[in-house]
Amino acid sequence: MGQDITQTLVEQIAQAHQEARPLAIHGGGTKGFLGHDLVGEVVDITGHQGIVNYQPVELVMTVRAGTPLAEVEAALAEKGQCLAFEPPSFGSAATIGGTIATGLSGPARPYTGSARDFMLGVRVINGQGQALRFGGEVMKNVAGYDVSRLMTASHGSLGLITEVSLKVLPVAKSVKTLATSASANEAIALFNRLAGQPLPISATAWAEGQAYIRLSGAASAVDAAAKQIGGELADNSVWASLKELTHNSVAEQSTLWRLSVPQTASLDLDCPLIEWGGGQRWYTGDAPEQELRAKVEAVGGHATLYRGQAERVFHPLNPAMSALHSRIKHSFDPKALFNVGRFHPEF
Amino acid sequence: MTAIQSGLLDQAIIDDRRARIVPKLQAILSSDQLKVTQEDLAPFETDGLAPYRRMPMVVALPTDKAQVIAIMKACQSEDIPVVTRGAGTGLSGGAMPHEGGVLLSMTKMNAIQNIDPDARIITVQPGIRNAAVTQAVAPYGLYYAPDPSSQIACSIGGNIAENSGGVHCLKYGLTVHNVLQATVITIDGGELTLGGESLDAPGLDLMAALIGSEGMLGVVVEAKLKLLPIPQVTKVVSAAFDDLGTAGRAVGDIIAAGIIPAGLEMMDKLSLQAAENFLNAGYPTWAEALLLCEVDGTAEEVQEHIEDVTQVLKTAGAVEVKVARDDAERELFWKGRKSAFPAVGQISPDYYCMDGTIPRGELPEVLQKISDMQDKYGLQCANVFHAGDGNLHPLIMFDGNDPVQAEKAQQYGSEILTTCVEHGGTITGEHGVGVEKINEMCVQFPGEELTQFHALKRAFDAKELMNPGKAIPTLNRCAEFGHMHVHHGEMPHPELERF
Ligand SMILES: Cc1cc2nc3c(=O)[nH]c(=O)nc-3n(C[C@H](O)[C@H](O)[C@H](O)COP(=O)(O)OP(=O)(O)OC[C@H]3O[C@@H](n4cnc5c(N)ncnc54)[C@H](O)[C@@H]3O)c2cc1C
Repeated sequence: MGQDITQTLVEQIAQAHQEARPLAIHGGGTKGFLGHDLVGEVVDITGHQGIVNYQPVELVMTVRAGTPLAEVEAALAEKGQCLAFEPPSFGSAATIGGTIATGLSGPARPYTGSARDFMLGVRVINGQGQALRFGGEVMKNVAGYDVSRLMTASHGSLGLITEVSLKVLPVAKSVKTLATSASANEAIALFNRLAGQPLPISATAWAEGQAYIRLSGAASAVDAAAKQIGGELADNSVWASLKELTHNSVAEQSTLWRLSVPQTASLDLDCPLIEWGGGQRWYTGDAPEQELRAKVEAVGGHATLYRGQAERVFHPLNPAMSALHSRIKHSFDPKALFNVGRFHPEF
Repeated sequence: MTAIQSGLLDQAIIDDRRARIVPKLQAILSSDQLKVTQEDLAPFETDGLAPYRRMPMVVALPTDKAQVIAIMKACQSEDIPVVTRGAGTGLSGGAMPHEGGVLLSMTKMNAIQNIDPDARIITVQPGIRNAAVTQAVAPYGLYYAPDPSSQIACSIGGNIAENSGGVHCLKYGLTVHNVLQATVITIDGGELTLGGESLDAPGLDLMAALIGSEGMLGVVVEAKLKLLPIPQVTKVVSAAFDDLGTAGRAVGDIIAAGIIPAGLEMMDKLSLQAAENFLNAGYPTWAEALLLCEVDGTAEEVQEHIEDVTQVLKTAGAVEVKVARDDAERELFWKGRKSAFPAVGQISPDYYCMDGTIPRGELPEVLQKISDMQDKYGLQCANVFHAGDGNLHPLIMFDGNDPVQAEKAQQYGSEILTTCVEHGGTITGEHGVGVEKINEMCVQFPGEELTQFHALKRAFDAKELMNPGKAIPTLNRCAEFGHMHVHHGEMPHPELERF
């Protein structure tokens, strides 16, 4: 199944290392907006495809990075399983490698975990053209530093991810969505109050005056919780549109900022879409970049540009972190080949 | 496996270092926070892996962050190693002292700094005991999920350094899934905030690099932990099997049925008999294996899952399936499991606890191999394990006063770990590499990965002063151990001296 082109990739990278030539990692191209422009010779991962190992009973799938996310999800669905972090795809060409390299997670994030939480192992080619393997296919592993999780959301800055091993989970037997009308602040308070109670909540969101709560689990548990929480039954499809940012509240906005803040933070910014119990808020207004970043930072959060114009896509690092990041980059990619400046300008 | 005598620094070097660092530490710490005499140092000789012991040069017990920063700066400027120690329950010698270094004991920094019940976050100093966290937040209906068996003693700082797990990590994750933010002091005295109260932080996920890093990157001086609501209902099923392999397969059957239990633990005959001897938990001592399966959630959900699990276990071949009648009986079932180590300690003068992890499906075969090794080494081995995660804790029983037995125990352990790697697993699931498994790291990482690990460490600690000699072997050491990967007859790193 699929095709293993590791050797070709190693040779290309080793060559670039010798000539100190920058490289631009390309997957399906669905998340091109998420970062500064790529420079350098293209390293195309899409030819490196295939599910290498999938044992539903082990709750683990190992898959080559160029495999389409849709193919991964279809293979899992066939066995009643899923990627529990519900990654957004932003297009059918999305690869699993790009999914992990950007580390994006969907509506279940605060309740079930993030992309990095499900990472068990990784194969990477570092900036010296060395094919390395970290972690593995087991649930617990503390042999050596956790490079698998460090690679997640590193935006290709440390190396080329060629293969990932992910923990997968059974699909919930029952899923229901509740909707009640609420203001944004009421919704955030409600979400956090409920999160402190033992309820099978798997997602929360607020948009257009409606608070949405998703319940997942055993049918009996979901039904009992639905009765306890109250509200109208709504269509489960709302979560897919929120995840892919095609929901009416944000679909057509030309400026879109993702604000990652503490869930209970009170933020003096009008956000038409709030997710993750208040932890992920989407801002579509025209506050100047510096002012926006300052406000978000003041509550312990950070801002990422999804659509529109700004000086920086990602939130700047403080001087100590910036220096450390450059040293870590250097430890993986001493000649600075990979995706230079895409994630943060200093590396 | 006794006091490490070879390869130690000369006494003259140690004396010189002590003379240089003590005055600097005296300027930072009060006299009761600094231990320098042999008598005062002796209690710090070993962590939870008692056979590995070394006298520290000095012990420093800071009470706040500013002191940690000052100590780190002093050590960096004098080129003196720092070994951080939490509660000292670690089972791989990760906090074994350095004979020419400062042992930084974090036990005095054990305060709770803040509890935010609405955000479900607790802020603590690293020396706090794991169980004290859960105790402090219980009034809010909350708890901290990672619950190592050592939870009444071990510290959050140690948990972070080892990525500790507990019986509930199958459903609720390991330490890495439950820490939101850590404040870390690096060897140059720099302060880093990794993670945050938001669900992600700018830049690389350095929290991932920190957790499980065995005190090699910096000292954790503060942590924010995620709290979860206490489940409404918790029930446990115990299933007795007359065959170990059948029990191993039943584990897979439960998962295959789409159920993720809160805990799924297994004990073999030797360990369940030891536990029964120890505290009369009502375990069936005739059984070859006992599975404990805990489910939690809402009352309805638990009812549904208990029925499903019971059915699956019976179909899988369990001879006796018992649901704990009430919370008291449930506690008793768990108590037996959680005291398996001391229980084995009672029937054997010494035991050596291994920590290999394998894919669940390999359980029956690996268990058989471990059992067969008993004859080869002439030692008995009890098995307790986090079955749901495939994390084995074989307890090799031996008499430490008998050097031949001690040597055999170590070889036995090493063969178990190599077997785990051969079956697609790892040499350590939660106890860490420390000094104990440093040779087996060469088996697990025969390639360039070790070089990459060292490079990553130097990004945090350029002079390699933090916990030197632990966790990641040097290539020289692997060459000496004879596990260097040889590719087409070419030795990697021909520039290295071989022994
Ligand atoms: C009976 C028994 C049962 C156990 N059961 C389990 C179990 O179920 N699951 C499990 O995972 N482990 C278990 N352990 C192992 C041990 O308890 C854990 O590894 C624990 O996390 C160690 O914590 P500690 O505070 O004792 O750390 P220590 O032993 O003092 O140190 C361990 C490591 O952490 C580092 N460290 C400590 N504090 C800091 C800090 N503030 N900053 C940076 N580094 C630091 C040290 O340098 C060292 O490398 C058990 C141990 C015993 C004795």
